[in-house]
Amino acid sequence: MTQLNITAKKASATAGSTATAPFLEVRDLTVKFPTDDGVVSAVNGMDFSLERGQTLGIVGESGSGKSVTSQALMGLLKGTSAQVTGRAMFQGRDLVTLPESAMRPLRGRNIGMIFQDPLSALHPFYTVGHQIAEAYLVHNKASKKQARAAAVDMLGRVGIPSPEQRYDEYPHHFSGGMRQRAMIAMALICEPELLIADEPTTALDVTVQAQILDLMSELQEETNSALILITHDLGVVAEVCDNVLVMYGGQCVESGPVDEIFYDTQHPYTLGLLNSMPTLNSASSRLNPIPGQPPSLLDLPKGCIFSARCQYAELAGDGVCASQRPELRVEDGHGKRCHLSGPQIITIRNSR
Amino acid sequence: MMTFILRRTGSLVLLLAAVSFITFTLFQLGPSDPAAAACGQECTPERVAEARVALGMDQPFFVQYADYIRGLFSSRMVGAPGAQTLCEWPCLGKSFQTNENVADIIGRSLPYTFSMAIGALVLWTITGVGLGLLAALRKGSPVDKFIVGAASVGVSLPIPVTGLFLLLLFVNQLHLLPFTTNEISSPFGPQGPGAWVANYLLPWIALAVLFSASYIRVTRTNMIETFGEDFIRTARSKGLAPRTVTFKHGVRAGITPVVTMLGMDIGLLLGGAVLTEQIFSVPGLGFTAVHAAISGDLPVTMAITMLAAFFVIVANVVVDLAYAAIDPRVRLQ
Repeated sequence: MTQLNITAKKASATAGSTATAPFLEVRDLTVKFPTDDGVVSAVNGMDFSLERGQTLGIVGESGSGKSVTSQALMGLLKGTSAQVTGRAMFQGRDLVTLPESAMRPLRGRNIGMIFQDPLSALHPFYTVGHQIAEAYLVHNKASKKQARAAAVDMLGRVGIPSPEQRYDEYPHHFSGGMRQRAMIAMALICEPELLIADEPTTALDVTVQAQILDLMSELQEETNSALILITHDLGVVAEVCDNVLVMYGGQCVESGPVDEIFYDTQHPYTLGLLNSMPTLNSASSRLNPIPGQPPSLLDLPKGCIFSARCQYAELAGDGVCASQRPELRVEDGHGKRCHLSGPQIITIRNSR
Repeated sequence: MMTFILRRTGSLVLLLAAVSFITFTLFQLGPSDPAAAACGQECTPERVAEARVALGMDQPFFVQYADYIRGLFSSRMVGAPGAQTLCEWPCLGKSFQTNENVADIIGRSLPYTFSMAIGALVLWTITGVGLGLLAALRKGSPVDKFIVGAASVGVSLPIPVTGLFLLLLFVNQLHLLPFTTNEISSPFGPQGPGAWVANYLLPWIALAVLFSASYIRVTRTNMIETFGEDFIRTARSKGLAPRTVTFKHGVRAGITPVVTMLGMDIGLLLGGAVLTEQIFSVPGLGFTAVHAAISGDLPVTMAITMLAAFFVIVANVVVDLAYAAIDPRVRLQ
């Protein structure tokens, strides 16, 4: 996927037309947290790009660096001990080096964010409406009355019944799904061009999950915004994403269009993830987890980060998986970070 | 909200009734004989018996208690039959020592205690919450370490140490402040607010050093926890100004434990800061209580005990109401 965007850009540039950079282009994004025990390498060189109207799914297990990536993009790590390096070009500005004072007007206005647990992400002491109107007032010169009208309208648009009354209720009066709708209303009230949703459906039950996903897709279409969907739920990814980026140990291990990730899987970790999903017609009644633990981010292995858990590490030969970190190789928009060759992967896939 | 207030006030009345009964019982069961104490040292057993009748202590317990409670609502007669005197409302009995109305004694002492409590309260709230917040915002920095260190020192300094040190330094050595006088009991007196502040500044500082230390620690801990909450991250991601994030979203959520502490401490302090009043010779409730207790002046001791309990209970109700005002979730119950 990354390669695809780059080649497209080069092609248009050589064609002499007005070349436009990708809407969001992340290059070698790295986030490190110095702690008493050493440096935690949470994100280790992320590359991706995204256009308006597209949805990028970032998938990975807990601690793989998904949320840290999104927080780095939002500039929420500025002012903390985190060390963020690399580039994240957004509308001609580098979100990594942008100072906090210049970042703040972008937050909420150009980049919106939806969080995992809407109960803890909403302030318990202020009414839902007030919190939404507040987001509107920061970025718009408007009276309180206008802000209220905008918030009520937004509450209606995200499907909250009788928004005029619900405006004055507190988050604890709302059900989980309604809270997440309110959260979405807050993130979208200024119609940001980029929306980052950090596990937006994880805290919700399955029927509500589907409604929230539909709502997000709908609103995204309306505003033609770009959406980064962070999740560990492959079902969610299959449903809404155009492109997928699989993260492991703070690195992208596989990326590409959603169909290719699911039906032409190139990385043993992605295979493991797909395999661990229970299916209705699976013969075994047990789950198929990937054995082992994710690596410690304090002390990443020298070789492939996944090698310790990879069942096929010997296939590459010479112990190369344990000694040498594979590069992200991109072919036809499908990237993988693995020493195994394409035919080897196909053999593995077929043997399952 | 209205029913909430009514319910809390109702429980307040019940609690006060219970406290008055327990206090009264305790003093009845106590080992000291107030009649003997009131009579003096060289008293014949006959004179003690007379004193007992005069004080109404020959009556059954419940009659005495009923009389006492009646005095809270109307004037009543006290003393031996035939030699009764009027005790005007609110009647808390008469001092065994001076035969003065206890309510008058308390009325005289209260302004001193109020003066001391209010100033100290303002001082330690500002320094305690302010420094605690600063430390939380600069977590891990030298500023934070200095404030936490200072708080540890402050909390381990007892009032007799700080009080005497302040007196020695500012009154004896530097002559910057006058020694506390009992002529000033309010900022509205003839000497004016300036003299009032100068008179109570040292006791305020002594109390503030002790109290702000624990306020710094509680504020710091709670604010650090609150600043790590998801809703703070949400507030930042909306693009709110740092000031709005810190105060509107952070402080309001993190300050509730401090409000609880504040309520309890006000209640306790209004009941009389015994040590502080002794050291600075402020004739407030604590000072009066100590002297009454030493001389076995039962009605005065009893009244001050009940008043102190009253302040603590009222403070508790006020804290509950403040909680409901701050946190909408409390109003649910």
